[in-house]
Amino acid sequence: MAKYIIKRVILAILSILIVSAITFFVMELIPGGPFNKEKATSAQAQAVLEERYNLDKPVQVQYVLYMRNILHGDWGVSLKTGRDIWNNITSKFAVSARLGGTAAILAIIVGLILGSLAALTRNKWPDRLIVFFTTLATAMPSFVLATLLLLVFCLQLRLIPVWSPKNPNYILPIIALSLYPMAYVTRLAKTSMLDALGQDYIRTAKAKGVSTIKVIFLHALRNALIPVITYVGPMVAYILTGSMVVENIFTIGGLGTEFVTSITNRDYPTIMAVTLFLAILMVIANLLTDIAYKLVDPRITFN
Amino acid sequence: MQNNTSDLPKKNLLSAQVDLSKFNADDFRLATDDEKKQQDVMGESTTFFKDGMRRLMKNPLAVGSLIILFLIIAGIVIIPKVCPYTYSQIVTVNGTRDKRANNLAPFEYSKLETQYMQKSGEKLFPHILGTDSLGRDYFIRVVYGTRVSLSVGVVAAIMVLIIGLIYGSVAGYFGGTVDLVMMRIVDIIYSLPDMLIIILLSVVLNERITPYIEGTALAKLGANMISMFLVFGLLYWVSMARLIRGQILSIKNNEYVLAARCIGTSNVKILLRHIIPNCLSVIIITTALQVPSAIFTESYLSFLGLGVSAPLTSLGSLANSAREGLQSYPHRLIVPAVLICLIVLALNLLGDGLRDAFDSKLN
Repeated sequence: MAKYIIKRVILAILSILIVSAITFFVMELIPGGPFNKEKATSAQAQAVLEERYNLDKPVQVQYVLYMRNILHGDWGVSLKTGRDIWNNITSKFAVSARLGGTAAILAIIVGLILGSLAALTRNKWPDRLIVFFTTLATAMPSFVLATLLLLVFCLQLRLIPVWSPKNPNYILPIIALSLYPMAYVTRLAKTSMLDALGQDYIRTAKAKGVSTIKVIFLHALRNALIPVITYVGPMVAYILTGSMVVENIFTIGGLGTEFVTSITNRDYPTIMAVTLFLAILMVIANLLTDIAYKLVDPRITFN
Repeated sequence: MQNNTSDLPKKNLLSAQVDLSKFNADDFRLATDDEKKQQDVMGESTTFFKDGMRRLMKNPLAVGSLIILFLIIAGIVIIPKVCPYTYSQIVTVNGTRDKRANNLAPFEYSKLETQYMQKSGEKLFPHILGTDSLGRDYFIRVVYGTRVSLSVGVVAAIMVLIIGLIYGSVAGYFGGTVDLVMMRIVDIIYSLPDMLIIILLSVVLNERITPYIEGTALAKLGANMISMFLVFGLLYWVSMARLIRGQILSIKNNEYVLAARCIGTSNVKILLRHIIPNCLSVIIITTALQVPSAIFTESYLSFLGLGVSAPLTSLGSLANSAREGLQSYPHRLIVPAVLICLIVLALNLLGDGLRDAFDSKLN
């Protein structure tokens, strides 16, 4: 177990390093430097500036310096606003985390309920209805869903006010973000629940006279949870990338909007910092998922 | 054989001998030609592909998706030939650009067009979905957008297939250190957040590629599209490679591979003739499911403004630009959005159908 965790942590650190290297060297490819302006700076001033920001050093040295700054919490300043990126990211991330966290929890809980329901009523109408909706939901990109929700509920029916910082209404963005993972969790939960219900220990429990509710919740659901755990990592990645467009559509000032704005503005230091930040989050989520998966079910080996 | 069964000795209770007393002479007559014919195998011999297709055709959902996809493909091939408008041109009446033909409602004609029709008595092709804010026929833009989205999906799937197939089969077939090193690389790529890297590379490659492709045939495709394909080629093949490697690992231990090796067949030939045809079902299914996922990614990137370059368009970028006039022209969002969902849904269902049809052999 310890060996597995160490191996997994090393892989996680390696992938973070690779992402940071990709981000850094890819950004280096962009033509022009930060001090290229329409009005040419004098060669002397240029040299001083370059020395000041270590731009005269070789690329690999710059990378090491950049990583050292990152680890010290110095993520650079935005080209557009001139503000400190790290402070910006953390304050914006608070909004996104609330939105994404709620969406993730909702997706898992509702998905588990629907999946179990579908498994228990197999081939009857609740199952068919759930299968129909999950199939539909997996074919709908989050941005399509988000714009349609905005159009129908905010603009046409006027049931829910358009999002504003003073009057934050998270219902629609949460639905838009969580529908796809919810459908996925439902599918996973259904298959594993069906699998669990066919096992010998369920029959034994029933034969012993354990009540149906107890059989479902204590015996079947616990085992059906395991495959769902594996999906948590990919789900975090999905919600983080999905929140970029969803936040943008509902004009929520989170990290997603920040990222999209920085792309439109070609604000490279911000793009780089947000990519790195999100990548680290995703890698950590995957790492925790894998470790949790192994902790929950010791039978699993990764060979 | 005469009808004197009573002469036969009584059958011992424990004897395994056939009890002739239960039969009569009719049972032993030769079969007539008519009866013999009933024994003939009527079905033709079937191939792997035919068998799978037969099973696929029995699946109503898969057939329905096939019909929808066929209709869409027929539409995007035929409509541009019939419709007089083009995706990039502002509506032109009698050789002059109609500057006031923008934001027309579906089936509405602009003032200039109505005048022209009254004067000449000629009927102009209707703007089925109206026009966009620049005065371009929206229907034809949707058709071209579907074209672009579908071709991105198909091309990406083929790229993923080729790279994944080669990588996976080399790793699986040669095994040992080669496999170990190749699979570690796959592990690392697999753990990278692909969507972020796609966005990042699209942003940067876009700036970088533009000067190189200017004036070439690739320029029309746009730097964004090229970087998207590059990224698909760089990152998306890993799951395909993993799957194929797993298949090959289990197939290469079969006796027929050993037999082929014994008679001195070359490695390449063994792979191409004996191993890959046997993991065809996995290849077909994964490739089919790769198409909708690529369409998803493309529409997502287009929605972020990182997709195809104007004036070319895709369903995602159409949906994106429709957000500006969402309240006044909701159909501009709904049409591409429904098309994306329809295409992805049909492809997903088709992929599931293919899995049921072709994978049952493995189970």
